Amino acid sequence: MSILLKIDRLVTQFPAEEGVIKAVDGVSLRVLQGETVCIVGESGCGKSVTALSVMGLFQGIAGADIRGSILFEDRDLLALSRHELRAVRGNEIAMIFQEPMSSLNPVLTIGEQLMEPLLEHLKLSKKEARKKAVELIEQVGISRPEQIVKCYPHELSGGMLQRVMIAMAISCRPKLLIADEPTTALDVTIQAQILDTLRRIKEESGMSILLITHDLGVVAEIADYVVVMYAGKVVEEGEVTRLFEAPKHPYTRGLLRSKPVLGQREESLYSIPGQVPDLLALSPSCYFYDRCEHGMEICRHREPALGEVGERQRAACWLYEEAKAHA
Amino acid sequence: MSVYLGKRLIYMTLILLAASLLIFSLYALTPGDFISGNIKLTPERKAELREIYGLNKPVLERYALWMKNALHGDLGYSLAQQKPVLTLFNEYLWNSFLLAAVSTFFTWVIAVMIGVISAYKQYSWFDTLVLVAVFAAMSLPSFFIGLFLIKIVAVDLKWLPPGGMLTTGSNATGWAYFTEVIHHMTLPVIVMTILGVGSLTRYFRSNMIDVIKQDYIRTARAKGLKEGKVLFSHALRNALLPAITLVGFELPALFGGSLIIEKIFNWPGIGQLYMSSFSLRDYPLLMGFTMLIAVLTVIGTLLSDLLYRLADPRVRLH
Amino acid sequence: MENVDSVKAKAIRTGSRPRRRSSLWSQALQQLLKNKLAVSGLAVVMLVAIVCFAGPLFSPYTDNKINMALMNKPPSMQHWLGTDKLGRDVLTRVMQAGRISLTVGLASMVLSVFLGTLLGAVAGYYRGIVDQVIMRVADLLLTIPGLPLLFICGALLSDWKVPTDYRMYIVMLMLSLVNWPGLARMIRGQMLSLREREFMQAAVVLGLRDRRKLFYHLIPNLIPLIIVMATLNIGGAILSESVLSFFGLGVMPPTPTWGNMIDAANNMIDFQEHPWLWIPPGVSIFATVIAINVFGDGLRDVLDPKMKR
Repeated sequence: MSILLKIDRLVTQFPAEEGVIKAVDGVSLRVLQGETVCIVGESGCGKSVTALSVMGLFQGIAGADIRGSILFEDRDLLALSRHELRAVRGNEIAMIFQEPMSSLNPVLTIGEQLMEPLLEHLKLSKKEARKKAVELIEQVGISRPEQIVKCYPHELSGGMLQRVMIAMAISCRPKLLIADEPTTALDVTIQAQILDTLRRIKEESGMSILLITHDLGVVAEIADYVVVMYAGKVVEEGEVTRLFEAPKHPYTRGLLRSKPVLGQREESLYSIPGQVPDLLALSPSCYFYDRCEHGMEICRHREPALGEVGERQRAACWLYEEAKAHA
Repeated sequence: MSVYLGKRLIYMTLILLAASLLIFSLYALTPGDFISGNIKLTPERKAELREIYGLNKPVLERYALWMKNALHGDLGYSLAQQKPVLTLFNEYLWNSFLLAAVSTFFTWVIAVMIGVISAYKQYSWFDTLVLVAVFAAMSLPSFFIGLFLIKIVAVDLKWLPPGGMLTTGSNATGWAYFTEVIHHMTLPVIVMTILGVGSLTRYFRSNMIDVIKQDYIRTARAKGLKEGKVLFSHALRNALLPAITLVGFELPALFGGSLIIEKIFNWPGIGQLYMSSFSLRDYPLLMGFTMLIAVLTVIGTLLSDLLYRLADPRVRLH
Repeated sequence: MENVDSVKAKAIRTGSRPRRRSSLWSQALQQLLKNKLAVSGLAVVMLVAIVCFAGPLFSPYTDNKINMALMNKPPSMQHWLGTDKLGRDVLTRVMQAGRISLTVGLASMVLSVFLGTLLGAVAGYYRGIVDQVIMRVADLLLTIPGLPLLFICGALLSDWKVPTDYRMYIVMLMLSLVNWPGLARMIRGQMLSLREREFMQAAVVLGLRDRRKLFYHLIPNLIPLIIVMATLNIGGAILSESVLSFFGLGVMPPTPTWGNMIDAANNMIDFQEHPWLWIPPGVSIFATVIAINVFGDGLRDVLDPKMKR
C-alpha cells in the first residue's frame, strides 16, 4: 500500500500573552491508502491542531506558525499557495468536526450547503448538484432525502447533522477524510451508527480516514493504526491490535487502564494522576514524567525519542531506551 | 402569533395614548402661545382669537378635542402657517425622507463593506484605522461638524452651497431642478452619513468577528470555498441577520427628519419645520410632529421584532 | 478563528502552573494598561479635566472683564485663541466652559446611572407589579422622542425664568430623565438572566434575605457593566448638553459651556469671519467625547468581553 499522507516533524505554535504555545511539537505520522489512523490523547494534547494544520485552516491566521512538512501524494501542503490549497480542501481531503450542531450554517438549507463543494470543485451545474445532494443524503442513510435538502440545520437532530456533514465531506470523493472527534457530541447509540456509516463509506470508496478521538472505544471499533499523543508529541504508535494487547508507554497503559471494562468492577475507576503539563513551561524532559509511575532520573532532563519497541510499534520512553542500552 | 401580535398592538396603543397625554400636557404647561407672541394684536383681539382657537379651555378638554380629531385623521391647523398640519407634513416630510433615505443608504453600504473587511483583517493597521475613525464619527457633535463643513466646504472653498434645497429664487425644472437638489443635498448627506456610519460599522464589525469565529465558517473553509464566498455568503448573511432589527429602528429617522441637520443646513424638511414652529409655539404642529415620531418609534420597534422573526429560520417556526 | 482561540485557551487552561494570585480587578487593570488606545483615551480625558479645572488659575483673564477695545481679536500671543465680542479671552472661556460641560456630563451620568441601576435592578429582581410599573414608565419615556422632550423642558425653563445659575442643575436632571430608561432596561435584562444562574439559586437555597441577595449577590455582578455604561454615558451626556445649549435651551450665558459658545456660529458674521469663537469649543467637545468613548470601549473589553457590540 502506498503512503497517502506523510506528516514529518510538524510543529504548530501560537503566540500567547505569556509566550509561545507549542501545540504540536515535532509530530510525524503516515496514513496509508485505505487505512484508518486514529490519533488518541487527552484534550489539549495537540491532536486537533494536527488535523487543522493538515487542512491548512490556520493559514493566514495571525501568529500561527507551522513548520515541518505535510506531504499529501508527494505535494507539500504547507508549501501550496492559498489557491492551490483550496483546490485540495473539500475535494481531495475533507473534514468533519466535533459539533455537528454548530458546524453547519444556520441560515442556509442543508441542500445549499451540500451543493457548495460540488459547484466549487466538480463544477456541476446547479441542477446536477441538487440531484447529487439528494443521492449523497441517501448514501449516508437518511430517509426522505428530498425533504431533508430543504431543511435548515436546526430542524434536524445531531446525529442527522453529522451524517449530513459526512455526506458533504464525501461529496467530491476525497482520498482522505479527517474526522475530528466525530462522535463525541452525540448519544452513545448514535455514535455507533455514525461509526458504522463511516466504516461502510470507507469500504465503498477506499478512502483513508484520519480520526481524532479521546475515546478508546472508538479506536477499538474503527482504527487500523493508532497514534497516541501527549503534550504535543507522539508518545506511542502501532497497529491497533498490538497496541491494545501490549501497550508500552506508561501513558498508553494508563489510558487503557482508565477505560472501564464491563464485568470487571474495581473499587474505584483508575485515572492517571496529575494534569497535562503547561505547554508554555516545558524544558527538555519527558513531559509525562511527573505523572509517570516509572519515572527515572533521566526522564527529568532528557527527552526520549520514538524508538522501536516491537513489531511495527514504537514508543518514546526511557524504559525501553535503557533496556536497549543494557542489552 | 396572532395572539402575540394582538397583545402588542393593544400595548402600543396604550403607550401612545399615555405618551400623547404627557406630551400634550407638557406643551400646555409651556406658558405663552402663538397669539401671545404676536405683539401687533390688541389684548381684546388676543382674547377673541384664543376663544376661536379654543386656547382658553382647560387642558384636558383641549386634549380630548385634539384626540377626537386626531382619531378622525385631523391633526389640527397650524396657526403660524395657516394650513392644516397634515398638509404641511405632506409638503415637508418627503424632503426629509429624501435626505434620510440617501444618507441611510450610503451609511449601510459603507458600514457593511468596512465592517466586513475590518473584521476579516482584525488587528491589521486597516482595522485599527477603522476603529479610530469609528470612534471619531461616534463622538462628533452633529451641529458642530455640520457648521464646520459649511464653513470649510461652502463658505471658504465655495464648492457646495451652504444650505437650502434650491438656490434662492431658482425656478429650475426637470433635469436642472434635479441637479440643483443633488448639489444642495450633498453636504447634508455627507454629514448625516458620517454621523451614522460610526456606530453601524462598529456593529457590523463586531457581528462579523463573532460570526467568523463560528464552527460553520471553519466548515465552509474546509469545503475549499473561496474566501470571498466564505465571507459574503456564509459570514455576512449571519452577520446581517441581527442587523435586520435595526431596519425598524431607522424608521423614525427616515420619516421624522433630523432636527439638528435640517436646521443647520436650512433644509426644508419636517425637522426644520418643527424647529421653526418651536419658537413660535405653534402647538398643533409641535404636537403633531412629536406624535408622528412617537408613532414611528413604536411601529419601528414592532417592525424590528417581526422582521427578526421572519428572517431567522431558527425563530421562523415558533 | 475559533479553533485557534480554543486551542490556546485549552493549552492555557490545562496548565498545571499555579495561577498568579491576583484579584479580578487588578487583572483587569493590568489588561487595561496594555490597551494603548484606551490608555491614551484616559490620558486625554485627564488632560482635558486638568486643563479645564486648573488652567484658569494660570490665566490672567479670568475676571471676564468686558473690554470693548479688544473685541473679536484673532488669535495672538496675548490671546492664544483670540477674544470674543465682549473682548474676553476665548481660551480662558473655553477652559471655564469645560468645567461646566464636564461637570454637567459627569453629574447627569451619575444621576442616570443611579436611577437606571436602582430601578432596573429592582424591576428585574422583584418582577411582577413593580417590574410592570417601572418598565411601563420606561417604555413611555422611550416612546417620546428625546430631543423634542428636552426642547420642551428647556423652553419651560426659559419661560419660568429659572435663574441661569440654577439652569445648569436642571439641565443635569433633564438629561438623566431622558437617559435612565435605556440603562434600566439593560440592567433589568441582566438581572433577569442573573437570577436564573446557579449561584443565585444557591443563595435561594441558603435562604438569604431579599435585600442581602440583591445588594451582596446580584448588584456586585452588575458592577462591570455599570462602570462601562457609566463611562460611555458621560460622552453622550456631554454631547446632549452641547446640543441643548447650542440651541439656547440648555445652560445659558453668561455661564459658559462648550455648547453655548458655539452659539456664536448662529451669527452670520461670527460664523464666517470669527471662526476662533466657535471652532475651539467644538474641537474640545469632540476631543473629550472621543477620548471618553475610546477609554470606555477599552474598559468594556476588559471588564465584560461578552457584551462587546
